Amino acid sequence: MNQVDARGYSCPEPVLMTKNALKNGTPLVVLVDNETPLQNVRRFAANNGYQVSWKEVGEDYEITITK
Amino acid sequence: MTKFKGHLPVILAGLVVGIASVVLVALGNPVNMGFCIACFLRDIAGGVGMHRAAIVQYIRPEIIGLVLGAMIMALAGKEFKVRGGSSPMTRFVLGFCVMVGALMFLGCPLRMVIRLGGGDGNAILGLVGFIIGIFVGTLFLKAGFSLKKSQPQPKIEGLLMPAVNVGLLILVIAAPAFIFFSVEGPGSMRAPIAAALIAGLVVGAIAQRSRLCMAGGIRDAMMLKDFHLLMGFVAIFVAVLVGNLIVGGMGLKGGFNPGFAGQAVAHTDGLWNLLGMVLVGLGSVLLGGCPLRQLILSGSGNSDSSVAVLGMVVGAAFCHNFGLASSTDGPSFAGKVAVIIGLVLVCAIGAGNTKKA
Repeated sequence: MNQVDARGYSCPEPVLMTKNALKNGTPLVVLVDNETPLQNVRRFAANNGYQVSWKEVGEDYEITITK
Repeated sequence: MTKFKGHLPVILAGLVVGIASVVLVALGNPVNMGFCIACFLRDIAGGVGMHRAAIVQYIRPEIIGLVLGAMIMALAGKEFKVRGGSSPMTRFVLGFCVMVGALMFLGCPLRMVIRLGGGDGNAILGLVGFIIGIFVGTLFLKAGFSLKKSQPQPKIEGLLMPAVNVGLLILVIAAPAFIFFSVEGPGSMRAPIAAALIAGLVVGAIAQRSRLCMAGGIRDAMMLKDFHLLMGFVAIFVAVLVGNLIVGGMGLKGGFNPGFAGQAVAHTDGLWNLLGMVLVGLGSVLLGGCPLRQLILSGSGNSDSSVAVLGMVVGAAFCHNFGLASSTDGPSFAGKVAVIIGLVLVCAIGAGNTKKA
């Protein structure tokens, strides 16, 4: 599965990593470690017509992006 | 409608920041300087004696409030996650360079917007420079610029910056003899400590929640056609403009005074206003956020941002110790040289941290 580990990267890298990874298709799973990239990645995906779901995994968040 | 709801927090945050800054001016802060991260960090550097420019020395409670308000909100929202270790020296130098640019222009990006809302035409040149700087920053980001991963750190690492600010609060209230308080100039113009602290706490909390960021707004609009953060930027301008018109109408301190010459704590050298803000815009994008955002993050457990803030404080002291900061008469020669060196240095940092380098 297409997966991006964006934990620890500062703004706006998680979004750019997501953008690049989406070129390889969906579903894409993005891991982030705080609320700011969680919101940013979700907003980016929703703005670009993707379906987004997410869940907390321990200290981190797992965002799943599908067409 | 759901879309608008998503934007509401950041718009609200912008309005609150704008209103708070107009109110702080009416209560005593320098004109068009209700809030300025660069100016206030510089004042704090002076307050603790790191520089001896007698007119800009005061431990600004607004900054203390911003950091502690962000911390309280981050703790309340279970977002206080301590992270650090992402290129600390680079972040220190970037913070330093951002301050060199800000003190050329005489304001951080937040004060730039506040100056625009007060009618200061010189800030238009600053805005143009800021946009250019952000554009150059996005080129580095597109080329793969990264300051690398941060790592989880022990709680105490994230609590040190708030602790420093508690210490500063004690100092400004106790006012021991070894602390500096300007008796004239911008540093002597101040809202009452309680009002300044409360304004800082409120703005810090709401900025943490909404992720308000001056550089992020323009960056995201350019790179991602995402106008979310930009709405906060515009909201600050609108609130300051309307607030100034009201305050001016009431005959209080502040108000809307359109023009270029004779603006409060500003100079009219357009080229250097522009170049100073190019440096601020570029440095802010490479840091991942404007000075306000760095301060908020430093209160939220992000010790990388704390290092950037320390870079700004040391940069401010350096600027005033060595005559790099502009005055209302205009920029100094040394300041111009410093901005050029800063631009070269920041570009080198940008190039040196891209994947293709």
